[in-house]
Amino acid sequence: MELILEGVLTAFRLVFSRDAEVWAITWLSLKVSGTATVIALTLGIPLGILMAMTRFPGRAFAVALINTGMGLPPVVVGLFISVLLWRSGPLGFLNLIYTPAAMVIAQVAIAFPIVAGLTMAAFQTLNPKLSLQLLGIGASRPQLLWLLCTEARLPLLAAVMAGFGGVISEVGSVLMVGGNIKGQTRVLTTATVLETSMGNFGTAIALGVILLTLAFGVNFLLTRIQQREQIRWPRPS
Amino acid sequence: MAETLLILDDILVQYGNVPILEVPSLAVYAGEILAIIGPNGAGKSTLLRMMGLLEQPTRVIFQGQEATRENALNFRRRMASVFQEPLLLNASVVENAALGLRLRGLDRRTMQQRVRPWLERLGIAHLATRPARSLSGGEAQRTSLARALALDPDLLLLDEPFSALDPPTREGLLLDLETVLRTTGITTVFVTHERNEAVILSDRVAVLMEGRILQVGSQSQVFTQPVNEEVAQFVGIETNIPGVVETVGEGLAQVRFNGRTVDVVGDFHPGERVLLCLRPEEITLSPARADAVKTSARNRLAGRVAKITPWGPHYRIVVDCDGARLVALVTKPSFRDLELAEEKEVVASFKATAVHVLRLR
Repeated sequence: MELILEGVLTAFRLVFSRDAEVWAITWLSLKVSGTATVIALTLGIPLGILMAMTRFPGRAFAVALINTGMGLPPVVVGLFISVLLWRSGPLGFLNLIYTPAAMVIAQVAIAFPIVAGLTMAAFQTLNPKLSLQLLGIGASRPQLLWLLCTEARLPLLAAVMAGFGGVISEVGSVLMVGGNIKGQTRVLTTATVLETSMGNFGTAIALGVILLTLAFGVNFLLTRIQQREQIRWPRPS
Repeated sequence: MAETLLILDDILVQYGNVPILEVPSLAVYAGEILAIIGPNGAGKSTLLRMMGLLEQPTRVIFQGQEATRENALNFRRRMASVFQEPLLLNASVVENAALGLRLRGLDRRTMQQRVRPWLERLGIAHLATRPARSLSGGEAQRTSLARALALDPDLLLLDEPFSALDPPTREGLLLDLETVLRTTGITTVFVTHERNEAVILSDRVAVLMEGRILQVGSQSQVFTQPVNEEVAQFVGIETNIPGVVETVGEGLAQVRFNGRTVDVVGDFHPGERVLLCLRPEEITLSPARADAVKTSARNRLAGRVAKITPWGPHYRIVVDCDGARLVALVTKPSFRDLELAEEKEVVASFKATAVHVLRLR
């Protein structure tokens, strides 16, 4: 009990004393996971839409692949990316291992199937005849896609939240491909692991609180957008 | 003949090697309401989607120009489709009704000006700010119609827009739409499997069965002079009696069946095998000993009532004339006057001109 109290007090001290290292770690977490989420969305949303709206041979297999990917263990991703980026590995010449870029790659691999799978599910809930109707009142192809996205906005934002939530909180892959190097690749999750293993529970709890706050803040923002009342048109007079 | 608005050419849709839709040519004339009728699965919706350029056709000529990949969007923007399901977006009624205009980049003020009259005309102005999800089926379908009509389309495509509605809602909407289309003169193609809807809402009728257009013509032509037995049955001609032409002369012919003779109008050759078609409303029933009944009907056939079925405001009476079945509709008052009952002897009479004669091969 004393331990937790001490941890919370440390957390307050760290946050309000503007501890440079803690801020740097927090900022890097946000940057790495934010970038990874944006890339995962850019790749995952079009793929999800494509999977939902087209039929091709082998589609069932591809869907099963994506669904499996949604539950990919981060350590397996970490292992795979490590092997690829290892100095002697096939992509070793890029010199990316133990850099934030490697962490972004690993997190994209984790978030991308989540975003693609949830986007696919979101579009499959739409009536397939809706596309025909929208074209039938004069929508162009880009307009059609945009309208379908706005129609599926609630589950789509859920996909964004699930993607971001999945990567901001994972520790396995970033530890393996980033290496938890102080001042370079240390993020909130890896720092928490380290501080806990060293018995610095106060600092660990503080980092945990910051991580939770961060995750909550981002999700709160997205939820506000998701649940926002629609912009109403003025009542026709 | 009015100006041709749209021509469909060389339509051939196949699943594997089985043709499911084969239409060499079909034209839509400016200002007309063309009903495409046929049983479910005949290919009506596919045909309509091709007209709307929502499915890749072989060739469509719209307003004198052939549709291509490049101009398809422009062409689609001069048309508007309404489907069986209202398919509204999760937004308010007025936003849904204005959607087509929004897609064309009109400003909010213009949209309001063009949508508002349609909401009023279709009786949904009071629902304008209501979320589309809260609407009843009829209200939603009215919103879908307002969305199409607000576009002031050159061609309106209706795909069974009333099928999902309950009968009173359906009738109300059908009559409202009829008034709208007659006053605006919007060229309309109306797909339905309900022949009664086509009677209310059509100038010309095309009959589509198993992917082929069996007959195109004016409404009265298709409903009284079907080209074959299938069409005859679909348009509600319930009496179909095979016979042989016996004597001919002066535009009249006598057709013999089961030892009876019926006078018909038309030029035929003795010995020709024909099918006598009669709409139920053309047949009048009278008591068997009705010497006093004066009728101008040329044909009088004695028979026996085989079956009586209540039929809405009428009774549907099947009369058996030595094996040939005649189907007549009788109003409730005449049903009581005639004291009709099964096995009762009656006389079925009809005019020579009421008989549509199909040549059998």
